[in-house]
Amino acid sequence: MSEIVLETRNLVRDYTTAGGMFRQAKTVRAVKGISLKVEKGKTLAIVGESGCGKSTLARMITMIDPPTAGDLIIDGQKVDTAKGVSPELRRKVQIVFQNPYGSLNPRQKIGDVLMEPLIINSDLPASERRHRAMEMLKKVGLAPEHFNRYPHMFSGGQRQRIAIARALMLNPRLLVLDEPVSALDLSVQAQVLNLLADLQDEFGLTYVFISHDLSVVRYIADEVMVMYFGEAVEYGTRDDVFSNPQHEYTKTLFAATPRTDVESIRARLARKTAAA
Amino acid sequence: MAVNTPKTVAEPVVLEGEHSASAIRWAMLAEFWYYFRQNRGAVVGAAVFTIILLVAIFAPLIAPHDPITQVRGAFLKPPVWQAGGSWEYILGTDPVGRDILSRLIYGARFSLFVGLVVVTISVSVGVVVGLIAGYFRGPLDTFIMRLMDIILAFPSLLLALVLVAILGPGLLNAMIAIALVLQPHFVRLTRAAVMAEKNKDYVMAAKVAGASRMRLMFRTILPNCTAPLIVQGTLSFSNAILDAAALGFLGMGAQPPTPEWGTMLAEAREFVMRAWWVVTFPGLAILITVLAINLMGDGLRDALDPKLKRS
Amino acid sequence: MALLEIKNLCLTFDTVGGKLKAVDGISLHVDRGEVLAIVGESGSGKSVSMLAVMGLLPWTATITADYIRFDGKDILNLSPSDRRKIIGKDIGMIFQEPMASLNPCFTVGFQIEETLRQHTDLDRAARRRRAVELFRMVGIPNTEDRLSSYPHQMSGGQCQRVMIAMALACNPKLLIADEPTTALDVTIQKQILELLVNLQIETGMAMILITHDMGVVAETADRVAVQYKGRRVEESDVLSLFESPKHPYTRALLSALPENATGDRLPSVSDYFLEEEAVTGGAA
Repeated sequence: MSEIVLETRNLVRDYTTAGGMFRQAKTVRAVKGISLKVEKGKTLAIVGESGCGKSTLARMITMIDPPTAGDLIIDGQKVDTAKGVSPELRRKVQIVFQNPYGSLNPRQKIGDVLMEPLIINSDLPASERRHRAMEMLKKVGLAPEHFNRYPHMFSGGQRQRIAIARALMLNPRLLVLDEPVSALDLSVQAQVLNLLADLQDEFGLTYVFISHDLSVVRYIADEVMVMYFGEAVEYGTRDDVFSNPQHEYTKTLFAATPRTDVESIRARLARKTAAA
Repeated sequence: MAVNTPKTVAEPVVLEGEHSASAIRWAMLAEFWYYFRQNRGAVVGAAVFTIILLVAIFAPLIAPHDPITQVRGAFLKPPVWQAGGSWEYILGTDPVGRDILSRLIYGARFSLFVGLVVVTISVSVGVVVGLIAGYFRGPLDTFIMRLMDIILAFPSLLLALVLVAILGPGLLNAMIAIALVLQPHFVRLTRAAVMAEKNKDYVMAAKVAGASRMRLMFRTILPNCTAPLIVQGTLSFSNAILDAAALGFLGMGAQPPTPEWGTMLAEAREFVMRAWWVVTFPGLAILITVLAINLMGDGLRDALDPKLKRS
Repeated sequence: MALLEIKNLCLTFDTVGGKLKAVDGISLHVDRGEVLAIVGESGSGKSVSMLAVMGLLPWTATITADYIRFDGKDILNLSPSDRRKIIGKDIGMIFQEPMASLNPCFTVGFQIEETLRQHTDLDRAARRRRAVELFRMVGIPNTEDRLSSYPHQMSGGQCQRVMIAMALACNPKLLIADEPTTALDVTIQKQILELLVNLQIETGMAMILITHDMGVVAETADRVAVQYKGRRVEESDVLSLFESPKHPYTRALLSALPENATGDRLPSVSDYFLEEEAVTGGAA
């Protein structure tokens, strides 16, 4: 068995709504004890609908928010986010957000976006930083002349490429992808998914891929976890989950995904004629 | 300058390396000018303001007389177009025989200086305090904002008067007082902008990249909050000029014989009935300057506020 | 006879960078009782062409067309007040963001009754009865309670149901749905689509469904028009579109669906069509 990059044990996260002068503070449990393991070079997809806690889980794995309880283990090292994260550890986990329009600083040129992680985390000379940023730009399918442009000059798909490039600048071990293609058009979505697959092969990256789109998950994932109200109701290899879903909610989710094969269209049209 | 330029940018010129950077800056400037130009009042305001600025800078070259020299035998001369006026004193003289035109020209220096200093002080203090309040929130935020509420609860001129009374009259103290009175506006504005930007994904991404708190606050968030601050800055500039003139008029600002517009008004108070020009021209100078700056601020708002942008 | 006929519709917008052509000569027609899906990616002009029919475009837009006919009447040259008599009564419309389409200051019941007051001469009690009836129709439980709640007290799916009820308030002949389920979860999407399809069969109205999602098309449409960059590239009935797409863009769209993936890689649009589009990252 190969090495485990990410492991969580019973991860819990509570949110406390601010109690006012006349109100009691209320506690909401967003994530209710999630345990998972991801091997190097594999992709774990986390599926669920809005409000199921999948983004909260992503923020804990990326060490943005500390967990209320439970253990987060990255590369065999136990992490205590609340006590502060070492730069070395911070470097290992990077994130790509859903909305390509909000994830880039509108006042920062693309070159600066890519070089910022290096400025913060390394003491490379400016020429070397520039060189590395240029290389990464080419790697994600953009051109050197894009280096000095501002984010608003790019389309959604291109921005997502830039966001991926930024995440890779520090050679992370683990990439958390929070719905990276759900804001993109279908044809662009395919390009970005291909890019992600290529990068995974090249750098041996491990992905945690968060999505609500089952067809994307089926395409990209090795393992799948289905979340429902903060709990993992289904967790297994892709083929197991898709061919033999155990939990009621997973079945509902599958049934709700639109079918595009010709047989189901024909059946639907037949039903319609019968009803009319 | 334009902060959030819309997606339809004039065809990006593809040039190599450094050249394209300046080309892009030009394109953005051109776009800023496009929006600014739409507002005709703003262009007029900007033109008038530029003229006033030039007059202030080159005052010693333009002014026909020394602003402080009192000429015996030239008391209360009327302007040139009125009976008894002469080309020597185009806008007439004041009760002690000083040329009003020259005093107005030199007065422009004081007014613009007051505006500049006040805005610099209140922006720098206000932005830092607002950034802290908006970024850290919690009890610190509550404390800062209540303090600002208290300052805002006083009529601004009254508070400035009290402060000057404590510090002693004089232009410098007046400027400090006005800066303190105007600064809560910047605190509130910065805080609101920071709170809106703080939770955006790009800030989160910088955090994940390991950016320190200082870097997040000043390098990542602050540049994205500048648009409303620039607009408020211009409006405060005119406010500062008005307040300084008011303090001068009340004898708490610049002291005679300084040719400050408000002080000029105060000195000429008793001659209002006999010699209309001694109060009219300083009053007009204040009015035109403030109006020009406000019009310009309006245009800046149109050009910088992405919400109003039509594209 | 067709219910809505559009012939050679062109749309230009004035922008900083000059004139921008959003729609370039689109013709389409919808028959009574038919579900037409307009498919396209962002920038294909699918939403703006329908907004043009509704007369909801900003002043920067210039609309030209040979004709836009609804129910035999030319609505292109109609005065705004005459147009308003048709819109909201004979043509209903629902949008992508259900939360944003409802006024947060008023109860949903009030907003439905307001629509009824404008377009019908029902009295107060009758309006109330009709609102209750509509809420039952779109499947909102506890009808009476729900009428007096505010939009923020409801979920996204329920808000969309309210929007549908409002659009159906005057028994429209045509319902235009602009990405009605894009902002919703998959399970809710299924419910809303089922609701729309059932209501369409029940009332016999025509429906235009604007979407970018091939899955939604497959689940609802009778006929499909595919748009790309302001032009229509293909039109056919839903079965033959999925069975044998003719235009390379349609083929590309269908094969870019992850569920149709065969090998390791997804074919992207550029593999089929327009090399230079891929270099700039596709439609802006």
